[in-house]
Amino acid sequence: MSHAADLPLWAALLVALLLVLGSGLTLLGAIGLVRLDSFYKRVHSPTLGTTWGTGGILLGSMLFFSMIEGRPVLHELLIAVFVTVTTPVTLMLLARAALYRDRMEKNPEVPTFVAVAERSSEVVVKGTKNGEPEKS
Amino acid sequence: MTRVLPYPLLAASLLAMWLLLNGFTPGHLLLGAVIALVASHMMSALQPSKPRLRRWTRIAHLMGIVFVDILRSNIAVARIVLGGRNPQVVSGFVAIPLEMRDPTGLAFLACIITSTPGTAWVEYRSADDLLLIHVLDVVSEESWSDLIKNRYEALLMEIFE
Repeated sequence: MSHAADLPLWAALLVALLLVLGSGLTLLGAIGLVRLDSFYKRVHSPTLGTTWGTGGILLGSMLFFSMIEGRPVLHELLIAVFVTVTTPVTLMLLARAALYRDRMEKNPEVPTFVAVAERSSEVVVKGTKNGEPEKS
Repeated sequence: MTRVLPYPLLAASLLAMWLLLNGFTPGHLLLGAVIALVASHMMSALQPSKPRLRRWTRIAHLMGIVFVDILRSNIAVARIVLGGRNPQVVSGFVAIPLEMRDPTGLAFLACIITSTPGTAWVEYRSADDLLLIHVLDVVSEESWSDLIKNRYEALLMEIFE
C-alpha cells in the first residue's frame, strides 16, 4: 500500500482513468435518479453504477493491486459477479411493488398486463402462442 | 461420478471462489476442493434443480455480445441523463412473448436485461410466457422485442434447452 509511488506512470494513468470513469458513471446514475421524472424512468439510472460504474472501479483496483503486489489480484471479479446476480432481485421487488400500487390506483400511465400484451402482439411476429391455447 | 459430485458446476464455482479469495496455493487448492465437495453434498439436501448446459462454446459468444451491449447502452443512458428532460425520449412498456421455459435461462435473461442500462425487467407471467419490460428510450417496440428474442433468447435457448 505504501509503495503507491513505485507504480509506473502508464499504470498510474490507467488506474486513475478507470477510477474516474467508474465513479463518474456512478455519479451520473445518482444525478439521473434525481432528474428523471417517473419511477420507471428512475429505475434505469442506478444501472449505470452497477455496470460500468462498478466495473471501472473494480478494473482499476485489480490493476493497481496486481501491479503493487507483483501477482494477479483477481478477487474483485467476485464483487462483479455478485453485483450482477443480485441486482435483478432488488429491481424486481421494487418494480413489482410499483406496478401493484399503480394498478390499484388505476394509474393511466401503467397499462394492465393484458393491454400491453395485446398492443404488442400487433407488432410482434406472431408465434404459436398467440391465439391458440398451447398444449403442454 | 454423480455420487461423488452431485453438483459439479456448483462445486467448481465454490472452488474457484475459494481460490480467488485466498490466493492460488496447493494448500488452498486442496482445502477448497474439500469444502466444495462437502458443501455441494449439503446442497443436495435442498434438491435444487440441475441446470443442463448443452453448448459450452456459445457462452463466450453470449458474454461478448452482452459486454458490448452494456457498454453501448451505458453511453446511451448517460447521454439521456445529461440531456435532462428531452421530449424526444419516450419511455414505455414493451411486452415480449418468450419461448424459453428453462428457469436457469430465464434467470440469465433477467440478469442481462437488468444489467443493460435502459431496459428493466418488470413482470413475467409463466402462464402466458409473456415478459413485460420497461424501456427508457423506446424508438420502436418491434426492434426491442426483436433484440431480446433474436439476440439473447435464441442464444440462451441454444445453451440451456
